[in-house]
Amino acid sequence: MVLCALSIFGIVVLIATELVVRSKMAWGQFGLDFFYKAYIDTYSNQPLYWDPVNGHFSALPFIYGTLLSSFLALLLAVPLAIGVAVYLTEMCPQVLRAPLAFITELLAAIPSVIYGLWAVFVLVPLLREHLNPWLIKGFGWTGFFGDDNPTGLGFVAAGIILAIMILPIISSLTREVMTAVPYSQREAVLALGATRWEMIRMGVLRNARIGIVGAVILGLGRALGETMAVTMVIGNSPEIHRSLLSNGSSMASVIANEFAEASGDLHLSALMELGLALFIVTIIVNALAQLLVWAVTRGTPARVN
Amino acid sequence: MADEKKPAEHQLRERIRALTDGAATGLAVLSTLLVVAPLVAIFIYLVYKGASSLSWAFFTDIPKPVGEAGGGMANAIVGSGILLAVGSLIGIPVGIAGGIYLAEFGRGTKLANAVRFTADVLNGVPSIVMGIAIYSLVVVPQGHFSALSGGVALGIMMIPTVCRTTEEMLLMVPNAVREAALALGVPNWRSVLSITVRTASPGIITGCMLAFARVAGETAPLIFTAFGNVDWSGKLNEPIAALPLQIYVYAISPYDEWHRLAWAGALVLIVLIVMAVSLVRYVTSRGVMKGAS
Repeated sequence: MVLCALSIFGIVVLIATELVVRSKMAWGQFGLDFFYKAYIDTYSNQPLYWDPVNGHFSALPFIYGTLLSSFLALLLAVPLAIGVAVYLTEMCPQVLRAPLAFITELLAAIPSVIYGLWAVFVLVPLLREHLNPWLIKGFGWTGFFGDDNPTGLGFVAAGIILAIMILPIISSLTREVMTAVPYSQREAVLALGATRWEMIRMGVLRNARIGIVGAVILGLGRALGETMAVTMVIGNSPEIHRSLLSNGSSMASVIANEFAEASGDLHLSALMELGLALFIVTIIVNALAQLLVWAVTRGTPARVN
Repeated sequence: MADEKKPAEHQLRERIRALTDGAATGLAVLSTLLVVAPLVAIFIYLVYKGASSLSWAFFTDIPKPVGEAGGGMANAIVGSGILLAVGSLIGIPVGIAGGIYLAEFGRGTKLANAVRFTADVLNGVPSIVMGIAIYSLVVVPQGHFSALSGGVALGIMMIPTVCRTTEEMLLMVPNAVREAALALGVPNWRSVLSITVRTASPGIITGCMLAFARVAGETAPLIFTAFGNVDWSGKLNEPIAALPLQIYVYAISPYDEWHRLAWAGALVLIVLIVMAVSLVRYVTSRGVMKGAS
């Protein structure tokens, strides 16, 4: 039994060593430059980020794509998730509570390839026909919504589908930390004559805020590593554009796309290094989130025996 | 003058407070609707698209070459079954044993806390990273893609989930049960295995099913381990087809016929997963262990 429990450490160590060993070649070749420098093509004077044929590799466009799509996802998902959690714990009639909680749970159980399928055939056409033209017309002047990608794929599509995917985890964890706030807190605020919203804001959200931050960070961890749905809608081009509507690529999506058909050892090694970076970042993000959630839920009696 | 002004100001503030309260309620309701909407949209679309493309051939035929009508995913369904069987063989025993250690033998120790923490963190490691790690652990030494490597990847992904749910289910068993067994002079290991674990077994089984349903839909770790196969394959050391993988390949293909098959496959997959999740929900809400709370 101890051995099986220890196997969990074993798995982490094994993954880490494999990734480190296999990415050594790219590390030796590029060092830290891999993460922030691009090769400048001498003919066109354009930055060349990812060129397997000539052996130039830089993680920059993928880091950019991962961060941008995750950021968009959080921007959309966090307010909604907190809204759902508030509704479910504080306002919802008892009859609706169980079915609604079940529905958010179901959202979490849908495989990401099915989200991707739906995004490719429903969300992307919707963006292409309606949302994108509107964004370009209304906000094109900011430079964030360029008119150069008629496909509907891109960062916005990836951000929206990611938001739908991380919503359940953020809202269910937020719900958990909100229910962990003792009832006496709510009663005390209500006794002072607060309205329901004031009670939620002062009595519940303020007490649960560390846990909510933890839930958001956990959602971020999921968004950073999400692969299939993002791969299917982000457009998959290793470039950096200011426009949110242009094609991009994320760390996970480039691995999914190129790993099985990598053109050489250096290419494979560069992809491994991307994987290692993703591994380290998600470990840190998840550990941080876990600590924050525990900080709130630990002190309360989880079950009364 | 000041006395007259106060009530008016007071009234205004009351009005603002009431309005804020109403607005906050409205926003919470709105966001709930906005969250439920995509789920309903996905479901309706999936059932509509999937049901219209589902046929008997889907379950009996293997994929046809591009341009030929018909064809199915029979080999992918069987392949998924094989991969999941291999995964469960690895993930479930190790996960359950780890969970028993966490809840019974190591409860409260530093080691158990560290394992619990690592399991939660491991749960959040992207499946694609698992995929490339298993690639270099199993596929590279073997020299080719194989069903075995895909199964190992799924199994390793099951371990942390099974481990944590097992622990949670065991913790729900009342202490009185353990004490009763010990009072009869039963050694601790015996009490754990035949009393505590048996009491919690419905919960543990549902936990395993949940982990099973999770990995059943995993695609990313299979791309470069199981790799996919357009033909039948029953051998563990050959590339093998899998349902989610096939859905992915068909979805990004440019052929309408394949898109239809992708929807049908997605419907089959989601029906399986929803059934598993509902079952888990039903069993846990009914109170697996009466008297535990």
